Amino acid sequence: MEKIRITGLQKIFQSAGQEIHALQDINLSIAEVEFVCLLGPSGCGKSTLLNAIAGFIEASAGEVVVDGRIVDAPGPDRGVVFQEYALFPWMTVGKNVAFGLEIKGLSRGDIDERVNALLHTLNLWEFRDRFPKDLSGGMKQRVAIARVLAIDSPIMLMDEPFGALDALTRRSLQDELLRIRREFCKTIIFVTHSIEEAIYLADRIVVMTYRPGTIKFEQQVAMPHPRDPAGAEFNELKRILGGLVMEEHERHARDEMRGEG
Amino acid sequence: MFQVRAIVRGTAVPLLTLLLWEGICRAGLVSAIILPAPSAVVLRWIEWLLSGELLVDTLGSLTRVSLGFLLGAGLALPLGLFMGASPKVYDYFNPLVQVLRPIPPIAWIPMSILWFGLGNPPAIFLIAIGAFFPVLMNTIAGVRNVDGIYLRAARNLGAGSSVIFRRVILPAATPYIFAGMRIGIGTAFIVVIVSEMIAVNNGLGYRILEAREYMWSDKIIAGMITIGLLGLAIDIGMNAINNHLLRWHRGMDS
Ligand SMILES: Nc1ncnc2c1ncn2[C@@H]1O[C@H](COP(=O)(O)OP(=O)(O)OP(=O)(O)O)[C@@H](O)[C@H]1O
Ligand SMILES: [Mg+2]
Repeated sequence: MEKIRITGLQKIFQSAGQEIHALQDINLSIAEVEFVCLLGPSGCGKSTLLNAIAGFIEASAGEVVVDGRIVDAPGPDRGVVFQEYALFPWMTVGKNVAFGLEIKGLSRGDIDERVNALLHTLNLWEFRDRFPKDLSGGMKQRVAIARVLAIDSPIMLMDEPFGALDALTRRSLQDELLRIRREFCKTIIFVTHSIEEAIYLADRIVVMTYRPGTIKFEQQVAMPHPRDPAGAEFNELKRILGGLVMEEHERHARDEMRGEG
Repeated sequence: MFQVRAIVRGTAVPLLTLLLWEGICRAGLVSAIILPAPSAVVLRWIEWLLSGELLVDTLGSLTRVSLGFLLGAGLALPLGLFMGASPKVYDYFNPLVQVLRPIPPIAWIPMSILWFGLGNPPAIFLIAIGAFFPVLMNTIAGVRNVDGIYLRAARNLGAGSSVIFRRVILPAATPYIFAGMRIGIGTAFIVVIVSEMIAVNNGLGYRILEAREYMWSDKIIAGMITIGLLGLAIDIGMNAINNHLLRWHRGMDS
């Protein structure tokens, strides 16, 4: 079943009188419950593509269709997990997770029940009355994930959610995400510039080119979970993708040398 | 041990100053009108307290500061929220604000007396002006500086504009608004003393000016110290409210 369809998507930013072709002719179809990783060097348009799906930015041409409806605004059917967490610092952990449910107008009892269940699932129960400033990065991101799970979005859009975390926290959150994805049957689009993270998580990896941002290469990953980053198949894939990403990275570096980056 | 040392360090200079001051006065080096002895100031303060007048004066000043501050901040807050949230409202009001803002509240005294006569109304008007602009400017800045990521997150979770205003923009702006209120109450406190010297016949500002007519230097200094203590109490109170309401904020210990 197709969940998301992107056709002819283009995004041109105007910046200091210059046109930046952040996205050009992106065509992508994502199935229900598929886990897609967008991979590419910095500046290739990964966030722009994700933000277009989230409805935060308007396309210059083309369209994003979710469940047969054209995306024209953000909405709770596409929950976003931001790299900067974006937790509301004035709300406790519990309040952050409850926010989306309160907007939906659920009864207090239903909200508490749902929030408490999620806090337990994500091992956040002891921290429910803390404010975000008193949490570690890994915990913050778990709260952000819980906040999106609370509103039960069928789609989760994640923009380098684990980019700022140390290697161990990162691995444990990756495993947790895979578990959540199985348990809650989410369609996930996950942006990363870590090749290993993409191979560890994805059903399909989409490699993007740098300026204009187009789709360079797509790779299905059929290895069963949990995947072994030391295994032969894993490393062969890593080698292939590494070469592709490096080509784009070098184009980016050349642009920067010329002062256009 | 450390605490004892800290107390010794903290009290040494004030105690020595007092002793020196008392000594100079006892030795008759200066006249009691130019510099009354600290012991005389204390006695005068106790007399003032026992007569009941001190309480009336302090409450008078406190009431005027509170009313003026509530009026000024109460008008500045909604205007600031509107100006911060809507570029259109901002464009309409900003030129006027920019012209009026640099006028010190004290410069309003003549007009305020012409408008309101003498008594509490002009005093409260002046205090309100003193509190108005700091709260206004900070509220505008607070609303305008709300990090876009919170707005995105809220819209993503399904919030409409009224929920976003109440539950995202307003709380996100509170650190700024509170900073503005602290500046505002500081200004209001300066203005209350000045306006009491001019428009009314009680309050701490009035009392120290009255004492000067009789050359009661001890009462003037007792009044000055009371004003200082009242200012300190207001600041501590504001700080406590601030720390409680902003306990979520980075860099604050709850
Ligand atoms: N609002 C904007 N105005 C102008 N240019 C923009 C804007 N947003 C993004 N860009 C440009 O569009 C290109 C794609 O940006 P985008 O943020 O999508 O890249 P990215 O792949 O997410 O990079 P990173 O890995 O660093 O997050 C970049 O070259 C960037 O400079
Ligand atoms: Mg990005």
